[in-house]
Order: sequence, then C-alpha cells, then structure tokens
Amino acid sequence: MSQVLHTPPPTQAPATEDLAALAARHGLSVSGARPSLPEYVGQLWARRHFIGAFATAKLTAQYSQAKLGQVWQVMTPLLNAAVYYFIFGVLLGTKHNVPDYVPFLVTGVFIWTFTQSSIMAGTRAISGNLGLVRALHFPRAALPISFALQQLQQLLFSMAALVVILLCFGVPVAASWVLAIPALVLQFTFNAGVSMIVARLGAKTPDIAQLMPFVLRTWMYVSGVMWSIDKLTRKEPHIVRVLLELNPAAVYIDLMRFALIDSFDGASLPPHVWAAAVGWALLAGIGGFIYFWKAEETYGRG
Amino acid sequence: MAEQTPVEKIPTVIADNVDIVYRVNGTGAGRGTATAALNRILRRKQAEKAAGVRKVHAVKKVSFVAYRGEAIGLIGTNGSGKSTLLKAVAGLLPVESGHIHTDGQPSLLGVNAALMSDLTGERNVFLGGLAMGMSREQIKERYQDIVDFSGINEKGDFITLPMRTYSSGMAARLRFSIAAAKDHDVLLIDEALATGDRSFQKRSEARIRELRQHAGTVFLVSHNNKSIRDTCERVLWLERGELRMDGPTEEVMKEYEAFTGDKKPAPKKPAPKAGAAKVNTPQPAAPKEPLPS
Repeated sequence: MSQVLHTPPPTQAPATEDLAALAARHGLSVSGARPSLPEYVGQLWARRHFIGAFATAKLTAQYSQAKLGQVWQVMTPLLNAAVYYFIFGVLLGTKHNVPDYVPFLVTGVFIWTFTQSSIMAGTRAISGNLGLVRALHFPRAALPISFALQQLQQLLFSMAALVVILLCFGVPVAASWVLAIPALVLQFTFNAGVSMIVARLGAKTPDIAQLMPFVLRTWMYVSGVMWSIDKLTRKEPHIVRVLLELNPAAVYIDLMRFALIDSFDGASLPPHVWAAAVGWALLAGIGGFIYFWKAEETYGRG
Repeated sequence: MAEQTPVEKIPTVIADNVDIVYRVNGTGAGRGTATAALNRILRRKQAEKAAGVRKVHAVKKVSFVAYRGEAIGLIGTNGSGKSTLLKAVAGLLPVESGHIHTDGQPSLLGVNAALMSDLTGERNVFLGGLAMGMSREQIKERYQDIVDFSGINEKGDFITLPMRTYSSGMAARLRFSIAAAKDHDVLLIDEALATGDRSFQKRSEARIRELRQHAGTVFLVSHNNKSIRDTCERVLWLERGELRMDGPTEEVMKEYEAFTGDKKPAPKKPAPKAGAAKVNTPQPAAPKEPLPS
C-alpha cells in the first residue's frame, strides 16, 4: 500500500513534457501504433497457428448442429452442382458443344464458389468480428486470411467429391492432375488478397456486404462457370474475348479444367494463362496485403 | 513529478492527457432515414453534426502513471468511461489526442469473442490460447491447469462437450481460466471477477495476485467494491470521463461510496483529504457534452 503513496496524481499543465520524457526514458512505446510492414509480416507469421485453428474451428462449427454433421461439407457443393446442371445443362441446353459437360460444369462451380465465398467472407471479416477485434491483439490480416483458408478447406472437401464425379463420368486419371496444386495455391493467394481489400472496405462501410452479392453474381456469369468462353465467343470481337479470358476467375477455372479434364486440352486455354494466373495472384496478394495493412490501426473503431 | 519517483519504480503504463471521442453514425436528428444517410455521404466533413454524426466525448484529459507491481482499480458509475479507457490502454481504441505509452503489449483479459459455442471446451482452450498469442506447446503444457482451475470437470467430463451445453457460470469460468492462463506484461480486467460461485471468485482473486507478481501491472474495472478492496491497492475514479481521484484504495473508495450513497447532492468538489490522495477537480474549460448513460 505504501508504494502508491508516492504516486502523485497527474497535474494538468506541466505534466505533458514530463510524462512524455518519463515514457522515453523507460523505453515505453505508444500503444496501438501501426507496426512497420516487416514487423507486421513477422507478427502474422507468429500467429499462423491461430489462423489455421480459427479456420478449422469455423469450418467444424458450421455444421455441428446438423443431424448429418460433416456430411454437409460434401453434400452442399454436390447439390449446388446438381442445381446448375439441371438449369444450364438440361433446361437451357448449354451443354451441346461442350464435351464432358458435367465435369466441366462441376469444376467451374466448385472453383468459382471458392473465390465467391472467400470474398463474401472477406467483406465481413472485420465488421462481423468486431468483438474479437476489440478484445484481442493480433494482426488483423489474420481474419481475412483465416476466412480464405476456411474456404480452401471447404474446397478440398468439394474436390474429393469432384474426383468421384470425374471418375463416374469416365474422365481418366492423368499426370496433369498434379497441376491442380499450383493452380489452387495461386487462386488461394488471389482470393486472400481480394478478401483483404474488401475487408478494409467493409470495415469502413459495412454496406459493401449488401452490394457484394450483385457484383459477384455478375462476375460469375461473365466468368464462364457454366458455359465455355472459348466456344461462345468465336464470333465476338477479339478484345471482348481477351478481356473475358483474362478475368482472374476465368483464368483459375480454366486452369483447373485443363488440369483435371482430358478433353479440355491446351487448345481450349487462352494464351499465357499461367502468366496471367501468377500475375493476378501477386497483384491481389501483395497489393491487398499492403492496402489492408495501411489501415491496421483503425479497425474496430467506433 | 519525476523527482518524487524512487529510481526502482518502473512505469509500465503512462497516460498523457488522453482524450477519447466516439463518433456514432445515424443518431440525432433524422436517425437512420435515407435523407440523413445521403446528407452524411455528401457533406462528410463540413457538417458532421447536421448530418447526424454524434460525438461522444468518453474520456477527457486523463493522465496517470502506473508502475510495475501495482494493481489498480478503476471505478466510476456506469458510462463514466472506465472500459473505454481500458481499451485505449490496450491499444484497441485510438485516442483523439494525447498519448498512451506502454511497456510491452497490454492485454485485455477476455477471450470470449474468440471462442465458439459449437465447439468443445477442449478445442476452445486451444483456440483461445492461440488467439492470445500462445504457442501450441505452451497451451499443451498448461492445458491441465486451465481445466483444473476452471473446475469444469468437477461434475463430470464436461470439457469434451460443446460449450453451448454449459451453464452460463461454467462458460464464464472456462473463459476466465483460459484468459488467465497467459502471463501478461500489463493485464486489464473488465468485471471478470463477478463470475462464478464464491469458491471460484476466491480462486480468481488468488490467480490475479499471482499474475501480478509474474507480470507487471493489473488494471481492474469492477462495480464490486469488495473485489476492488481485496485486489487493488490503488484506485482511479473516473466520473463523466474525467479522472476525479487517484490514490490509495481506502481513501478513494470512501469518497466514492459517499458519492454513490447520496446520489444527487454529491459534492462536486469533495474536500481534499489530508493524505496523499489528491482530488482532481473537473476542469472548468472541459466541454460539457451529455454522455449517454
């Protein structure tokens, strides 16, 4: 008790320099300042286990109340694919000029869903987790990255279902299936980057979350998820075709189809597709990360 | 003020003239209507007030120095800015003006936000620990201690059940146990001691004393005058965002109890005590904005 008696209560006017000097003398740092970029990367690396555990926990918690439990991890993408097959394959007949239409469609739907749900989760990564942001100290980029990782784990379940579908429809196992791995790594980097961008936007303006479904739906329809850009744009001007094919979602979808489906050969791929895939991943990944870090200290405010 | 400070006393938290202001969208005139929203977007900077952005001056010109080994209680009536000040010390809320200097990273005691009620207690121990920045090995090492401390398994194997099946007291105990498992440089506790039954409260108080020895400084926000008296030896009294008093627990608590005891006619300037505790009179120049209470 006696020690506090020495502590004089703060006096207003002269204290200012004294307190700052006292802080400087004992090497105290300013609370809540934004770390430098290398420090930030270091902090993020230190929290890698949290990122992983948080993603897995979210994924597990998702279906824990359902009777069928984790079966839904596989059922949900399959049902999705079935709906799209019914509408675009059977009712609208988009499948006419595409060989192996079901594998083509299902691959497209799964890969697109990965990007779509990562971005949707990203818009709410900060604004939907304010409690966490206001209670604990960690680099905030852990949240959008963790949500993107959760979607990647979800996609891996879908890919298991996809393999079964491929085999059922007589698509042979090929060495090119290995290419799915670099394609997924690049797509994950891209998704995480875009998630961080929309996370910052969504943190400042939560209204983005209302707008995003419309943006994403438009994006889906131009990305050739259920139709072949290559086949349907033969008559269009060259520039339209190039723009459609350079769209990152289309790039990643085409790469996965190329890797998995033997009838979707190199001729169906646009030129320089790997370069585009790497370029989009680096641009979104690094750009998104820096953009997100720039507002690090403002997240969770009022 | 430095000349009175003995050399061996090491400051851990220095608040230097801190102001904290909340800006709230969509209140005041024409709350939430489309025109008010449009107004807000179009005239962003010029007319914050007209556009329905209300400023709440939650903490006003607060300065204090906290030293290593101290346990400091924060008291004040509801809405006086205690939790806000704590969040700012933790670096979770930006200050409007002034500075908060800290030694190491102060942490708010609380992991509830990171926990998921659909997961088992066991997985939540890991998730909460990781969220606080512990490594997997550290958590494994302390896992048994955390579970034993929480007393969750006293009435059966509850730790392997989802947290949503716990009673509110059990969940609160597990949360406290997880949060208290880590050694913190500066520990900030917001009303945590009110949870659990009497025997758990006793254990919590003991644990906080232990954390204090290991760590540096403990800040405790509570409305429970008894737990403040049991745990803290220094008390900061905040009222309407201003630091009203700063001194040894007994002296401040006496004034505070007098203040809360006879509500309205409380003296605006309590007579300065003969002891070391000085009373900070509210600054006359400070803007008198209404606080929502």
